[in-house]
This record gives sequence, C-alpha cells and structure tokens, in this order.
Amino acid sequence: MQLARVIGNVVSTVKNRSLTGRKFLIIQPLSADLKPSGNPLIALDAVGAGAGELVFWCRGKEASFPFEREDTPTDCTIVGIIDSEAHVFRRS
Amino acid sequence: MIIARILGTVVSTQKDPRLEGKKLLIVKPINLDGTDQSGYIVAVDTVGAGFHEKVIVVGGSSARMAEGNKDCPVDSAIIGVVDRIDFIKPLEES
Amino acid sequence: MILARVIGNIVATQKNQRYEGTRIMLCRQITPEGEEMDYTCLAIDAVKAGEGDIVVITQEGWSASTAATGKAGAAIDSAIVGVVDRIDLLPKEE
Repeated sequence: MQLARVIGNVVSTVKNRSLTGRKFLIIQPLSADLKPSGNPLIALDAVGAGAGELVFWCRGKEASFPFEREDTPTDCTIVGIIDSEAHVFRRS
Repeated sequence: MIIARILGTVVSTQKDPRLEGKKLLIVKPINLDGTDQSGYIVAVDTVGAGFHEKVIVVGGSSARMAEGNKDCPVDSAIIGVVDRIDFIKPLEES
Repeated sequence: MILARVIGNIVATQKNQRYEGTRIMLCRQITPEGEEMDYTCLAIDAVKAGEGDIVVITQEGWSASTAATGKAGAAIDSAIVGVVDRIDLLPKEE
C-alpha cells in the first residue's frame, strides 16, 4: 500500500460491465514525506474518496478484493482515506 | 490502471485457443494532459473501443477478471473508454 | 502483453520439472513499427512459434503457466500466446 493524493476523476460511460457504478479517480502517488513520486494513476474507489483527499491505495490482484474479487478488473484501488496530513506520523 | 490511446491492431491466427475471438489492440500510455509516454502495451479490448479513443487499461492478473476475459491468458485489458478527465494540477515538486 | 521477435531458443537439461517438454524461446521486444528494443526475455512457447516470428507474449503468472503447461502453479512468468500475422497502425490523428 502507498500514500497518494486524489487529484481528479475520469468519466467513462462505456466500460466493462463488471465496473458499472464504480468510480475512477486519478491519484498522484506520494512518498513518505508527502511529495509526489511517479506518474499519476487511475484507481477504482472503494471508500468514497474525493478530489484533494489524502488516501492510501493498494495495487495488484489484491486491489479487486474490496469488490467481487473474481469479477472486478482493477489493479489499483483506493482502500482508505487518511484523516489529515497531520495523521501521517513518521520518525524524523 | 493507466490511461492510454489506441495506436493500432494486432492480427494473429496461430494463438492460444482461449484468445480466439478477442480483439488485440496496441495502446500507448499517455499523461493526463494527453502527451505520450514511452513504450506501448498490447491489450485485449473488452468494451469495443474505437480508433483514436482514450481508454483505461488494467494490468496484471486483474486483467483476467474483466467480463469476457475469464480464464484467458492476458495481462492487460481495456476496461473503459474515457469520456472526460478532470484533474487538479499535481503539486509541483518543491 | 508485449510484441517481440523470437531470436532463438535455449536448451537446458537440468531444469524445474514443470518445464519438461516445453520450448524456451529467447525473445527481443519490438516496437509496433517493428524496430527491436533493448529488452530481451525468455518465454515458453505455447503456440509453436518459430525463430524470426513476431509474437505476443503475456507476462502474468497464471496466464503464462496455463498457456505453457496446461496447469496453473508452475514457476513460469512469460509465455508466447500468439504469432502475429499483421500489425495495423492507425494514421496519425490531426
């Protein structure tokens, strides 16, 4: 799992039928000091996140586990919303 | 998942029987502003995407979970056509 | 999936049991335009591809394992799942 900032959303009407009703968000992965690291990705939303929020996400096959796991084609899913930046504790 | 644009098609007759009837498209990953990234991917189309459309591509074993791809030997699938992208500019690295 | 040209094969007598009877091909990735790229890999042949053929390689465990050996769970991460007849590229969009 990694930290990310939700920076937008993607609207898609024509999509795989197993994704009907699901929301695509654009996330910018962040490093531990909350700096952008790597390219933005498209993630499926499992928690009701919105633009600007600090979230954590999960990659790979496990990303489909919050949904019907054998039928949801996602490799990147937002699995939690972090309360605020102040709630990211790290040893300095 | 990534956003990509469709570059072309691949035609193959001699293939794994589980790929029969599947449409293989070549897609190029793009940035949010529409500029190209390097590289390309061959992906199975599950939505009937049209030429030059922007699409959403899923990779890894998750590609097999798309409807129509059950138990197919694929590692990338097109699972959505992009209508619109809204985004706030990622924070500049300081 | 990626496109690659089969540039050879390897022979190994001592190998994991699950590889028995398989053909291990040496492949070099190509661009959709047909130019060779830097990436080379080994992939198990599942479709009777030959040297010089352009092929589609899937790089996901379950897919590669079932395509190559008919069963899941082998230590195989890439398999050739199609021989390419033709690649059609779209004209550049204005």
